[in-house]
Amino acid sequence: MILIVEQLLNGLQYGVMLFLLAAGLTLIFGIMGVINLAHGSLFMVGAYAGTYVAGVTGSFWLGLPAALLAAGMTGFVVEAVVIRRLYARDHLDQVLATFALILIANQGIVLVFGRQPVFTPLPEIFSGSVEVLPGLPYPIYRLFIIAVGLLVAVGLYLLINRTRVGMLVRAGATNRDMVRALGVDIRGLYTLVFGLGALLAGLAGYMIGPISSVQVGMGEQILLATFVVVVVGGVGSIKGAFVAGIGLGVVDTLLRAFLPGVLRGVMPPSDADAIGLGVASMGIYLLMALVLLVRPRGLFAAGA
Amino acid sequence: MTKRIVAAGLLAMMASGAVAEPLKIGVVTTLSGPAGYLGADARDGMLLALEMGGGKLGGVEVEFVVEDDGLKPANGRQIAEKFMGDDGIKLLTGIIFSNVAGAVVPDILDNGGIYISPNAGPSTFAGEACHPNYFVVSWQNDALHEAAGAAAKELGYKTAVALAPNYQAGKDAIAGFKRMFGGEVTEIFTQLDQTDFASEMAQIRAAAPEVVFQFHPGGLGIAFLKQYQQAGFLGQIPMVLPEPSSDAVVLGAVKEAAIGVTATAHWNRDFDNAANAEFVAAWDAKYARPITYYASQGYDTARLIGSALAKTGGLEDMEAFRLAVKAADFESVRGDFAFGNNQHPIHDWYVLNIVDDGAGGAKAVTDRVILADHGDSYSAQCNM
Repeated sequence: MILIVEQLLNGLQYGVMLFLLAAGLTLIFGIMGVINLAHGSLFMVGAYAGTYVAGVTGSFWLGLPAALLAAGMTGFVVEAVVIRRLYARDHLDQVLATFALILIANQGIVLVFGRQPVFTPLPEIFSGSVEVLPGLPYPIYRLFIIAVGLLVAVGLYLLINRTRVGMLVRAGATNRDMVRALGVDIRGLYTLVFGLGALLAGLAGYMIGPISSVQVGMGEQILLATFVVVVVGGVGSIKGAFVAGIGLGVVDTLLRAFLPGVLRGVMPPSDADAIGLGVASMGIYLLMALVLLVRPRGLFAAGA
Repeated sequence: MTKRIVAAGLLAMMASGAVAEPLKIGVVTTLSGPAGYLGADARDGMLLALEMGGGKLGGVEVEFVVEDDGLKPANGRQIAEKFMGDDGIKLLTGIIFSNVAGAVVPDILDNGGIYISPNAGPSTFAGEACHPNYFVVSWQNDALHEAAGAAAKELGYKTAVALAPNYQAGKDAIAGFKRMFGGEVTEIFTQLDQTDFASEMAQIRAAAPEVVFQFHPGGLGIAFLKQYQQAGFLGQIPMVLPEPSSDAVVLGAVKEAAIGVTATAHWNRDFDNAANAEFVAAWDAKYARPITYYASQGYDTARLIGSALAKTGGLEDMEAFRLAVKAADFESVRGDFAFGNNQHPIHDWYVLNIVDDGAGGAKAVTDRVILADHGDSYSAQCNM
C-alpha cells in the first residue's frame, strides 16, 4: 500500500514536469501551427542558466529568476529570428529548422559550459524528507515540484479563462485565421505565446536540475514524452496538457514500477524484467494509440 | 664511388625527411553528448603525455588525429576507415563505449592494424575472439563490477539490490557483481536514458537490502546518487559502487551526497608512485577540471605506445611493435601493470572510501587492495 502511494506521488511529480513542458508546446503548436522541436533546448537553457547563477551566488532562489529570464529571452529571440519565418512554411521546414536549433543549442552549451554535467545546490529546507504517511518518508523537494506545478496549472487556468489575453489565446487555438481577420495583432500574440512557453520550459528545466543532472541533451530525453502528452491532450488545449500530463506520468511510473514484478509471478525473472520494462516503456505510446482510436484529435482538442 | 656516396647521402636525407613527418595515431572517441567528457578526458590524457615528451613518444615524433564518434557505432566505423584508407594510419586507439568498439575493432584488425583500447573492454573480444593485434590498457568490463562484488562480500553483506541500465554493459555489470558477491541479489534494470529514479528508490525501500550496488555512468550516476540522498537512504543503506559510477566528475557534481559510499577502482588520484605524482602534477598545471580515471587511461595508453616506439623507432616492423607493446615496459600510473594472455591488463583493484574533502565536496581516498593481480574471467577461453 505504502509502495503504491509512493509510486503515485512519483507519477504525479513526473506528470507535473510533463505538464509544464507540454503547456507551452501545445499552445505553440495549436495557436502558431509550429512544430517546435527546440522546446527541449529552452528547457536545457533554463536549467543551465539557473544552475549557473545558483552556483555562483550559492542561492537556489536567485537561480530561479535567472532560469526564467534566460529561457524567456532565448524564446523571444528564437521566435523573432527563426520561428517567425516558419509560420507560412510547411511542417517539414519547421522540423528541419527547429532540429537545427537543437544542434546549435547543444553545441553552444558545450562551448560555454563544457561537456561535464553541472549541479544545482538545494536549499537546506528542501534537502530532507517528510513523512506523508506513517512509514513513508517522501523528499520535500519533489513535493515542492508538485506544488509549483499545480500552482502554475491554476495560474494558467485563470490566465486562459479569465483574461482578455487568454480569450485571444483560446480564439487563436480554435481558429487563428478568424482572429487575424478580426484585426487582432497576431504577431504580438505569437511572441507572447512563444515567450510564455519558453518561460514554463525554463521553469521545468531549473526545477528538475537538483533531481537529475543538468547536462547537454537533457531536453531531448523528455521531449518525446512531451509530444505524446500534447497529442493525447489535444493540440492547443492547456486542460488537455494537464490531464494527459498527469495521467501519462502516473501510468508510465506505475507500469515501470509494477509490471516487471507482476510478470515475475508467471515467468522467469530475467524474461519478466526484459518484457516488463519493454512494455512499460511502450506504455504511454500504446495509450496514445488507444486515445487516438477513440478521439482522433485528442482528449480536449481546441476547436473540436 | 663519389656518386654512390652522394646517392647514399640523398637516400639518408630522404629517409630522414620521412622520419620528420610525425607518426600519425588515429583516435576514435566520444566527445559529444552527455558522455562527451569521458572521451575528452581520455584524449587529453594522451595529449598530456605527448606534450610532456616534447611532441614525442619514446623519442618518435607523434601526432594524434582525433575524431568524434558521437557514441554512434556507424560513425566510429566510418572514421576508422577514413583513418586507415585515406591517411594510411595503422595504429588506432580512443574508443570509450563497448558498442562502438564492437563495430570498429574487427574492421581495424581485419585490415592488419593494431588497436589499443584506452577504455572499452567488452567480453566479446576478451575470450575466444582475442586477437594478437588487440590490446586493452584499461580493464575487461566485468572486472570493474567484480571488484565491487568482492568489496560488498568482504564487508559482510548478505543481501543486495543491484541496479544497472538495461543494455549489454549493464547486464555484464550485474553478472560481474554477482560473480564475486555470492549473496542474494535483487536485480533492477533501468533505462539508459533515465534520469529520474524515484520508482527505483521505492523498490529499494520495499526490498530493504543490506547493500545497494548500482552501475550508472556519467550523468545517470549523478542523478542516482542525488536522489538516493533525497530519498533518505544515504547513511541508512550502504552503497558499493563500481568505478564508472564514482569518477571525479560524478563526485564533483553530487558533493556530500556521496560521502560514506564505498567505491572500487583500479586507479585513484592519490596513488603513491612516481609516475602518478608526475601525471597528477602535470594535469593540474594544465587543466582546471578534475582528473578522472579516463584521463589516467589515456595517459597510460600514450605511455605504453611510447615504450614500444622507444624500442622499435616506428611502425615499419608491425610485429616487432606488437611484441614491444605486449611487453608493457612502462611505468603505469596505477603502479602495477602487466598484460595477460588475452592482452587485457592484470592489476590490483582497490577499495576507495568517499570522504568529506573539507571544502564542501567529496573525494575518494584509497583504502586497501580488494583484488590483487586480478585479470578477467575470459582469459582462459583465449588460446594465445
